[in-house]
Amino acid sequence: MAGYLPEQALQPLIYDIGAPGRSGVNLPECDVPRATLPAELTRDDLPLPEVGEVQVVRHFVKLSQLNYSIDQGLYPLGSCTMKYNPKINEDAARLPGFAQLHPLTDESGAQGALFLMHELQGWLGEISGFEAVSLSPAAGAQGEFAGILMIRQYHIDRGEGQRDIILVPNSAHGTNPATVTMAGMEVRELPADAQGNVDMRALHAACEGDLRDRIAGMMITVPSTLGLFESTILEVIETVHDAGGLMYMDGANMNALMGVVKPGELGFDVMHYNLHKTFSTPHGGGGPGSGAVGVNEKLKPYLPGPIVEVVAEEDGDTPPLYGFVMPEKSIGRMKAFHGNFGMHLRAYAYIRVYGDSGIRDVTRYAVLNANYLRARLMRSYRVPYPRYCGHEFVLEGHIEGVDEVHALDISKRLMDYGFHPPTNYFPLIVPEALLIEPTETEVKEDLDAFVEAMERIAEEARTEPETLLNAPHTAPVRRLDEVRAAKELVLCCAPALPSYS
Amino acid sequence: MGDWKTPANLKYSESDEWFALDGDIVTIGITDYAQDQLNDIVYVEFRDPGDSIDAGDSFGEVESVKAASELYSVVPGEITEVNTALEDEPETVNADPFGAGWMVKIRASDLAGLDSLMDAAAYDAYCDSR
Repeated sequence: MAGYLPEQALQPLIYDIGAPGRSGVNLPECDVPRATLPAELTRDDLPLPEVGEVQVVRHFVKLSQLNYSIDQGLYPLGSCTMKYNPKINEDAARLPGFAQLHPLTDESGAQGALFLMHELQGWLGEISGFEAVSLSPAAGAQGEFAGILMIRQYHIDRGEGQRDIILVPNSAHGTNPATVTMAGMEVRELPADAQGNVDMRALHAACEGDLRDRIAGMMITVPSTLGLFESTILEVIETVHDAGGLMYMDGANMNALMGVVKPGELGFDVMHYNLHKTFSTPHGGGGPGSGAVGVNEKLKPYLPGPIVEVVAEEDGDTPPLYGFVMPEKSIGRMKAFHGNFGMHLRAYAYIRVYGDSGIRDVTRYAVLNANYLRARLMRSYRVPYPRYCGHEFVLEGHIEGVDEVHALDISKRLMDYGFHPPTNYFPLIVPEALLIEPTETEVKEDLDAFVEAMERIAEEARTEPETLLNAPHTAPVRRLDEVRAAKELVLCCAPALPSYS
Repeated sequence: MGDWKTPANLKYSESDEWFALDGDIVTIGITDYAQDQLNDIVYVEFRDPGDSIDAGDSFGEVESVKAASELYSVVPGEITEVNTALEDEPETVNADPFGAGWMVKIRASDLAGLDSLMDAAAYDAYCDSR
């Protein structure tokens, strides 16, 4: 299609641009006898798109041009660390020796891949101060699930299976309480104090009251989703340990700690890493993710498997032999095969490129950039917790005296200035929250351009609020009807597949 | 103070439910302040009539374009009725939170939980402080 008429969709569905019999490939004449499938296994129609190669390429290129990505500009999505994915990672992931390795290859034929996974396990353990690491969980939430199942099994094995309560601060990622519930345990929410830390009185009350013998542990994100380092974290950990519980660290915000603070040395028992956040592997639509999990000595036997270990030591000229091993009391597999190996490769490349001092610099620049933005934006927006922040911070998307303008309107208007909106309305404990995380890769000119856009938007809110309420004006589509999108789930494509009952 | 409504004849919880007592039947909904904070409500789900709940238990959840929240009762008892009209028209909670937007009725087996609730003035002050 050369273009589209204004009343048409921006890009039709691929089902709507083909024609019967059109195809992108021509198969050679069949030169072997045709086999016939049993009639009950065949059908007359198969509703696949019928399109030529050029149509397919143009279709997806057009769709990609409607999208916004970090390769185009700042993507300040707080609590998700949408960081730039260095291209060298992709080079590494496309090396044929890795890319064409079949997951069922015998271990002896996959020693290079196993060596790499073994190295990555060790490096992640070193970065976080943990004894052992499993790379198998497929994403952060699955890493959380693995961690809580390990805590549960640990208590059961000690004859304390009645420990079924996990404490979760009210600033937590939504996945934390979901994980606890999924593991068959019970969530107790803890409030935040005026500084944005865990309310210590509430924590002591929970750990020292009637429920003491039911405390299985606590899940906490450090720094918190407010971007704040829990200044009482050592007391939090000690309090939960004294009650007999274990400490889970949600590693989603590891970009503020990497190379500077080791959670294992703080006293955490288990954490997950988001390789697709901190370690620069693709995130969101570019995934899949990888939620490796690290543990201390107590939980090591329970790690999800398989993990990679040296199964035969180096001997003279013979290199060590690596193999997959299920830990002694493993909670089992989280995923088929060996986790998302393509992500292990990219994370390995990332750590390798930076080295130990570079990893520390990543954290320092991430924190510096966030604090720079926070300090400048405090002049035009309210910052509810005006402390030094970690790698991200929260603004209130509310302009004094302009009640009709909300965080959502500010976010939508940012799109007109060429920036991806920040996270809206999370964490829930801040009204009209805008959670901003610039990451380490942004240079000062780009940070300044973002500040200028935000300042102009604050001014527009006062002088021409309609411009915000109707934003975006330059995006491929205008303001979407979120209520209708949430209520009327209508798929307009999906040719009905025949049933095979 | 903001411009939300807080009827004087109801009792209020810190988790933003309102409670109305008639005999041993307690009617529960969410406050005007809560619906305003949540923004457009797109989905509600309640436990079934006949279910028994304890004080502090969730009797359902409400979901808006911004967030999903659990709904809690401060009284134990049996759910006698739920407002099924909200399933198709959850926006009624935004439009009339204290009237047509009521959520569940519970036959309370113990009313002590109501004593811990706030009156309208205390609830307004509580909302102002947030």
